[in-house]
Amino acid sequence: MSTTVAVADGIFSIEDGRPKLLGSRCTNCGNHMFPRQSGCPKCMFDQQEDVELATTGTLWTWTVQAFPPKSPPYLGPTGDDFVPYGVGYVELPGQLRVEARLTESDPDKLVIGMEMELVLEPLCIDEDGNQVVTYAFAPSTSSEGASS
Amino acid sequence: MSKVAIVGIGMHEFGRTEGVSGMDQGVIAVRRALADCGTQWSDMQFAVGGSMDGGAADTMVSRVGLTGLPFTNVVNGCATGGTALAQAVNTIESGAADVGIAIGFDKHEPGAFRIRGPRGKDWYGGSGLALTTQFFGMKITRYMHDYGITQQTLARVASKAFRNGSLNPMAWRRKPLSEQEVLDSLMLSYPLTQYMFCSPGEGGVAMIVCRADRAKEYTDRPVFLQAAAVRTRKFGSFEVLAPSISIERDPGPTAAASRAAFEMAGIGPEDVDVAQLQDTEAGAEIMHMAENGFCEHGEQEEMIANGETEITGRLPVNTDGGCLANGEPIGASGLRQVYENVLQLRGDAGERQVPNEPKVAYTHVYGAPGISGVTILSR
Repeated sequence: MSTTVAVADGIFSIEDGRPKLLGSRCTNCGNHMFPRQSGCPKCMFDQQEDVELATTGTLWTWTVQAFPPKSPPYLGPTGDDFVPYGVGYVELPGQLRVEARLTESDPDKLVIGMEMELVLEPLCIDEDGNQVVTYAFAPSTSSEGASS
Repeated sequence: MSKVAIVGIGMHEFGRTEGVSGMDQGVIAVRRALADCGTQWSDMQFAVGGSMDGGAADTMVSRVGLTGLPFTNVVNGCATGGTALAQAVNTIESGAADVGIAIGFDKHEPGAFRIRGPRGKDWYGGSGLALTTQFFGMKITRYMHDYGITQQTLARVASKAFRNGSLNPMAWRRKPLSEQEVLDSLMLSYPLTQYMFCSPGEGGVAMIVCRADRAKEYTDRPVFLQAAAVRTRKFGSFEVLAPSISIERDPGPTAAASRAAFEMAGIGPEDVDVAQLQDTEAGAEIMHMAENGFCEHGEQEEMIANGETEITGRLPVNTDGGCLANGEPIGASGLRQVYENVLQLRGDAGERQVPNEPKVAYTHVYGAPGISGVTILSR
C-alpha cells in the first residue's frame, strides 16, 4: 500500500482521501487568494489569515488539455501514456475562482455552470514509491446533470 | 503634435532559420534598419533591446560596434518589443537623445512554451497547469458562452491570417488554409485547433526612432508615433497562468492600454485605418477587437462574417498574417506589428497593401502575466 503525498506542500491538505485548498483571506477587505500569499492585490493591505477554501462550486470556464505538456515540469504520464484532461476555473461562491484540473475531459460533458466538487487526482509514483497527487474538480455526484 | 518619428525599419524573416541564432537575427534586423534610412550604428545615441531566449540584447554591440552608447535591456514577456519601443520613445521625448534604436529578437524551442516554477515546489507545472494554451482555450470558451461567438468564426480568423501571410514574404506560414482545414486540424485546447494557434518561433526586428523635427534628415517618408502605452493587469482581470482569479471582473490591461493610447493620440477607434492585434490564437484576435474599442463584445461574429477585417474591409486586422502566420518570437513580436504598420503607412506593403492610403495604424500586444502594449502611428 503506497502512501499518498501532495505534489507540493502548502497548496492543499488531504483529509480522509479528500483535498482541501489552502487559501488566504485579507483581514482588511475580505478578498480571498489561492495559493496562500501575504499582500492583498485588491486593497494592498499586508495582513492575511489562512483559510480553507470551499470544496464545491460551479464551472466558470473550461478547456481540454489534449496534448502532453512538456516534462519537466509535468509529472503526469507523457508520450503514448498521456491521457487528456480537462482544465477549468471553478467558482467557489463568495470566495474566488480557482484554476484546476478537471476529471472530465469530454467536451460534450463539460458545461459552464455545472456543479463541481474537489477530489484528488493521481499524477505519478515518486522515487520512494509514494503516490503523488494533485487536486482536481469532478462533476458533482450529488447533482447529476446540473444545468447551465 | 507627435515628437517622435520612426525613420528606419529592419526585419529578419520570421519562422525557423537553421544555423542563425536569435542574436544573429537581431543583428541582421539592426543592419537592415540602418540601411533603410541610410545611417550608421555610430550615429545611434542609445539602444533599447529585448529577447526572452536569445540572450542579453546589449551583448550584440560586440558585433554591431563598440561605440559606447547606453544600451538598455528590457524583458517584459510578450510585450518586450512594445516596451522597448515605448522606452525608446520616452528617451527621445524626454530630450535625452535625438536618435536611437529599438531592437527585439528571439529563438524559441519548438512546441508550447515550457514554463517552470521553483525546483521541488512546482506544483503548478507538475499538475499540468503551466500552459499558456489552456488560458486561451478557457478565455474564448467563456467568451463564446457570453457573447455568442462560434467556432466557425475562429476558423475564419485563422484562415484570413494564413491568406494574408501568403502575401507576406517575411512570414513563416505562407500556405493559405481553408476554414475547413483549420477546423479539421488537431484539437489542442478545446475549442482551439492546431491552426488556430500561433507557434513560438524566431525572428528579429529593429527600428530607428528620432525627434520628429529631424525626421527628414533620415527619410522622406517618416511615420510618427502618436502614442505608445504599456499597462499591466488590475485586480479582477482574467489573465494567463493564474492559479486563481477573483469573482469581481476588470476589463483587463488591453482595454486600459488602448484607452490610454487613444487619449495620448487624441483620436478614437473610428479613426484607425489598419490594426495589428495580438492573435496568439484566433480567439484572441476576436476578443481583442472589442477590448481595444473597435467594436462591442459580440459584434465580431457579424463583422468577421462580412469580411470587415479583411485587407479590403472597413478595419483590416493583422494584414501581415499576425502571430498565426508569423509565429511568436517573444522579443520581436510587438515590433513586427509596428514594422507592418510602417510599411502600410508608407504604401510599401506590396500585395497586402491596404487600399486608399491608410493614415492611422494601431498595434496591440498582449502576454503573460497580464500585460498589454499599444502604439498608434500616423503618416
